[in-house]
Amino acid sequence: MSLDTVAAAQSSPDTKQPFAELGLKPDEYARIKEILGRRPTSSELAMYSVMWSEHCSYKSSKVHLKQFSEKAPKSAALLVGIGENAGVVDVGQGYAVTFKIESHNHPSFIEPYQGAATGIGGIVRDILTMGARPIAVMDPLRFGPADAPDTRRVLPGIVAGIGGYGNCLGLPNIGGEVVFDQTYAGNPLVNALCVGVMKHSDIKLAKAAGAGNLVVLFGAKTGGDGIGGVSVLASETFDSSRSTKRPSVQVGDPFVEKLLIECSLEIFAEDLVVGIQDLGGAGLSCATSELASGGSGGMKVALDKVPLRDPSLSPEEILMSESQERMCAIVEPHKLPRFLEICKKWDVTVTAIGEVTDGNRLEITWNGELIVNVPPRTVAHEGPVYNRPMAQPAYIDKVNSQKVKLSIPHTATEIKEAVLKLAAAPNLADKSWVTSQYDRYVQGNTIQSHPEDSGMVRIDETTHLGVAISTDANANWSYLNPYQGAKLALAEAARNIATAGARPLAVTNCLNFGSPEDPGVMWQFAETVRGLADGCLAMGLPVTGGNVSFYNQTGTVAILPTPVIGVLGVIQDVRTRTPMSFDTAGLDLFLLGQTYEDLSGSEWAFLHGERTGQAPTADLAREMRLIELLLAGHAAKIFHAAHDLSQGGLSAGLTEMVLRYSVGAIIALENVGVALLSESPGRVVVAIDPKKVSDLRELATTHSIKVEKIGTTGGDSLTINDCVIDLDELRHAHTSTFPRLFG
Amino acid sequence: MAKIVVEVMLKPEILDPQGNAVASALARLGFSVAKSVRQGKRFEIEVEGEPTASQIAQVEKAAEVLLSNPVIETYVVRVEK
Amino acid sequence: MRVGVITFPGTLDDRDAARAVNRSGAQAVLLWHGDTDLKKVDAVILPGGFSYGDYLRAGAISRFSPVMNSVIEAAGEGMPVLGICNGFQVLCESHLLPGALTRNSDLHFLCRDQEIEITNNMTPWTTTFSLKERIVIPLKNGEGSFQCDDKTLAQLEDEGRVVARYVGENPNGSRNLIAGISNERGNVVGLMPHPEHAIDPLTGPTAQGLGFFTSILNSMVK
Repeated sequence: MSLDTVAAAQSSPDTKQPFAELGLKPDEYARIKEILGRRPTSSELAMYSVMWSEHCSYKSSKVHLKQFSEKAPKSAALLVGIGENAGVVDVGQGYAVTFKIESHNHPSFIEPYQGAATGIGGIVRDILTMGARPIAVMDPLRFGPADAPDTRRVLPGIVAGIGGYGNCLGLPNIGGEVVFDQTYAGNPLVNALCVGVMKHSDIKLAKAAGAGNLVVLFGAKTGGDGIGGVSVLASETFDSSRSTKRPSVQVGDPFVEKLLIECSLEIFAEDLVVGIQDLGGAGLSCATSELASGGSGGMKVALDKVPLRDPSLSPEEILMSESQERMCAIVEPHKLPRFLEICKKWDVTVTAIGEVTDGNRLEITWNGELIVNVPPRTVAHEGPVYNRPMAQPAYIDKVNSQKVKLSIPHTATEIKEAVLKLAAAPNLADKSWVTSQYDRYVQGNTIQSHPEDSGMVRIDETTHLGVAISTDANANWSYLNPYQGAKLALAEAARNIATAGARPLAVTNCLNFGSPEDPGVMWQFAETVRGLADGCLAMGLPVTGGNVSFYNQTGTVAILPTPVIGVLGVIQDVRTRTPMSFDTAGLDLFLLGQTYEDLSGSEWAFLHGERTGQAPTADLAREMRLIELLLAGHAAKIFHAAHDLSQGGLSAGLTEMVLRYSVGAIIALENVGVALLSESPGRVVVAIDPKKVSDLRELATTHSIKVEKIGTTGGDSLTINDCVIDLDELRHAHTSTFPRLFG
Repeated sequence: MAKIVVEVMLKPEILDPQGNAVASALARLGFSVAKSVRQGKRFEIEVEGEPTASQIAQVEKAAEVLLSNPVIETYVVRVEK
Repeated sequence: MRVGVITFPGTLDDRDAARAVNRSGAQAVLLWHGDTDLKKVDAVILPGGFSYGDYLRAGAISRFSPVMNSVIEAAGEGMPVLGICNGFQVLCESHLLPGALTRNSDLHFLCRDQEIEITNNMTPWTTTFSLKERIVIPLKNGEGSFQCDDKTLAQLEDEGRVVARYVGENPNGSRNLIAGISNERGNVVGLMPHPEHAIDPLTGPTAQGLGFFTSILNSMVK
C-alpha cells in the first residue's frame, strides 16, 4: 500500500476511509474534513480518531467538568490547576506537591497484570512530567464478587501487576482500597494514584515554546503496543461475544521507567527542558499535538526518526502506538548535547525527531513526504464537545421511596454474630494478602500506610514536613443519590486526612461510570460532578485535576456510579501524627459526631442484598467543624488515636482498632444494633487519656460537635454491652477471608 | 534463518514453585495428563546464515557464564532451523 | 570512616543505605556501577532494589559491572562487603558467596516486618549484636529463597557461616530458614532483609537495623 500523503489526500477526495472502525462518528469525520479543507490522510485520521476518543478528549464530560474551574474556591496553595498533566499545590517551605489519580479499567480486565502495571507506569509518568520526583502510589481497586471465578482470575493479576511495576520503580505503596461488588463483574476498576514532590522552581509544563527548539523523544523504543487501545477499548462498552482485544494491550517495562525517572530528574535538575510531555494514551499523536497546542502552535516532526522496536510499523501505527515508558521534551539546541549525555549515562534511548516552528500547524513527514498537516489545537483541545442528553433514571424515585428492610441484632449472641460477620466480609476483612505484595518501605519516608486512615510520607528529613493522602468512594451512596454521594465521599477523604492531624489542602478525582450515551448514566455523572464541585467550594478544597472513565459496562448494565475522591493534606511535623489505634489500656474511647439510623447503602445492607433507601445528606459545615476539632485536638496533643468511621460503621471501626495492636476495648452502647451498624457520616472514634477528657469536651463545645464516651481500652476481648468477643476469634474472622479466597 | 537455542532448567533437586503452581492449575482445569511440571527458560539467538562450530561454542560459553546460574540451573544448546 | 554504597541501574535502596551509614556516624560514599574506582572506601554496601529489572535472574547482569571487578578484588583482600537483598543476589551471582536466591516459594512478592535471629556476631557487620539476639527488620522481595546443595549447606552450618536466620514461619522457602550468610573469611556478608529500613521507629518497625551499620564503624575503628 502506498503512503497516504497530504498531496494524495488532496487529489483523492472520494477515497473511502475506515473512520467508523477507528471509532469516529460520521459527523466527527465530516468536521475533520471541514477543518482540513480536504479529506484527512490515513495518519491524520489515526490521530484524530485517538485524540477525539472519549478517553482522550473528554467530549462527554467537558461541559460538566468545567464546574471545577467555575466553582473553584480561592486557594493560595494552588500552583498549577486543571489542564496540565497533574495539579500542583504549595505545601510550604518552598515545596510543591503534585498528585493525580488515573484509571486503567478496561485494559486490566483484558490482561490484569499488564493492565494494572501500565496503569501505574502511566500515572507515575504524569507526575514525573510535572518536574517532580514520584514518592508514593496508592491503588483504589474494585472487583466483582469476591468468590466469583473471574475475580480469582483478575484480582491476583492486578495486585501482582501493581506490585511488580511499583516495587520495581521504588515507589512505596501507602494505601488504597479493595472493594467487591457484583456491579464490577466484567468491569473491574483499577485506579492508580501517584504523588510527587519538588521545589517550586522545578515545576515543568507541557508547552512547546521557542521556534527552533528541538522536539526530543526519549525512553523506550516504539513498538506495536496498544495500537488503537485507547479509542478501541475505553470508548466502547464490552460486547462479550466479540473476539478478545488482546493485541491492543500495552506491555510495561518498569526497569526502563526507573531509568527514565532518574534520567529525567537529572535533566530537570540541570534545567535542560523548556517543556515536557509524557506519552500515554494516544502516544505520539497526543504528545505532539498537546505540546504544539500548549506552546507557540507550530511543530515539525520527522516520524521516520522515531526509534522502533518493530521496523514493520506503518506511520499510522507509529502515531497510534502506546508503547510505554516514553517522554517527549522540548530542548533548546545548545542544551541538547548535555541532554544526550545524561541519557547515555542512564542508557536511555534518545532521538531528536523535530522542532518547534513559527507557524500554527503540526506537520509530520515520513521520509520527507508530508503525511500530517493539521492545526494542533483541533486535535488536542478542540475535540468534539457533547452535551449528552440526561434524565434522572426511573430507579431513583423508586429506591429512594423504599425503606431498607433489615434485621437488627439485639442479643449478645446476635451482636457477636454481626460483628464477626462484618469483620469477615470481603469488603471489610484484613487486606494483608494484598498489601504485603507491595513495598511500603522504599525511599525510607513512609510514616503510615494501609491500614491507617491515610497514607503519609515525610518530604523533608530535617523539618519533618509531611503530606497525607486518602482515597475514598461509596458507590452505594452514589447509586442512591449521586449528588450527595460525591459530597459524602469528599468529606470522608478529607476527614481521613484530618484524623492523623494533617490539614486537607486539595482534591483529585477518578470518576468511573457507565456509558455516557445512556441518559441515566449521564445524569448520574452530571449530579456527581455538581456535588463534587459544590462540595469542594464549600470545603475550600480546589480540584487540581483528575480522570474520567466512561463505558464501564457490559451490554446495557452500567456499573454503580463510582466517583473516587482523593484528598491531599499537609502536616508540619510527621512525628506528631495521630495513629489510627491505641496500644495501651486505660484510655477512654469517645465517639465524635452524631449517629442516625443510616443503614441504606451500608455494608450491613449490602451483605443482606439490600440496595434501597436514601443516602445520608452531607452536612459539610459540620464536617468542616469536625475537621477543625481534629486538627485542634492534634495540635493540643490530646489524642492517642483517631479513626474515621465509614463502611461497616462503628462495628468495623472498633474491630480495626482493637486488632491493630491487640489491645481490646470495653464498650457500652444504647440502641446497640443501630449504633454498631449505622454508617452516618462525619464520625470519628478517638482514644484519649482520661485526664484530657475535659479538653476534648471543651473543643467539642467550641466546634459544636457531639461527643459521647463509648468505652475504655484494655483487655483481650472486644466487649460490647454484655457481648464478649475474644480478640483471637475476632482476628481469625478478620484475617482468614483473603487467604481463603485467593490462596 | 537458523537460530541457536539455549534451554535452561532448574536442577532437578531445586524447588520449582512456578512449575508446581502450573501443575496445580492444570489439574484444576481437568488436565490429568501431567505427573509433574518443571518450568524453564528458552533463549533464541539469531545468527547470520548457518551457525558455525565457533558460534555454537561461543553460545555454550555464554550459557555457562550468563544465561544460566550453574549453582542452580543446567542448560542445553541446540541449533534450530 | 568511609562506606561505599553502589548504584546499579535499577538499584532502589541506595539512598536508604546511605542514610543508615550516615546515621551510624560513618560517611556514605556513592559509587557508580560503571566506575571501577572505589574511592578509597573502607567497606562497601551493595543495596537492595531491582538492578536491571531483575531480568534474566536477579543480580545476574549487575555482577558483570566494572565496579564489581574492584569489589571482588577488594573483598579478596579482606574489605568488608555487605549485600542487602538484591545486593545479596549480586554477591551470589559473583560467587563471592555460595548458593543462590530463587523465587519465593509461594510465588508472591512479600513485604513484612520479619523477626530474625543473629547467629554469627563475629563478622564486621554484626559485632554489636549479641549472639542469638532477635531483631525485627523489614523483609521485602520476590526472590528471597536461599538455595544451595547439601554439601554447601553442611559447610555453612558447620563453619558457623549462617549469619542470620528467620524466626517463626519460613517466609520464602529458604533452606534452613537462612536469612543471611558470610564467606569463609567472614568479611563478605549477604542478608535478605533490610536493616536500612529499620533505623527509626518513625519510618520502620524498629531501629534494630542500625546495628549492622554501627558494627562496621566499630570494626574499623579497632
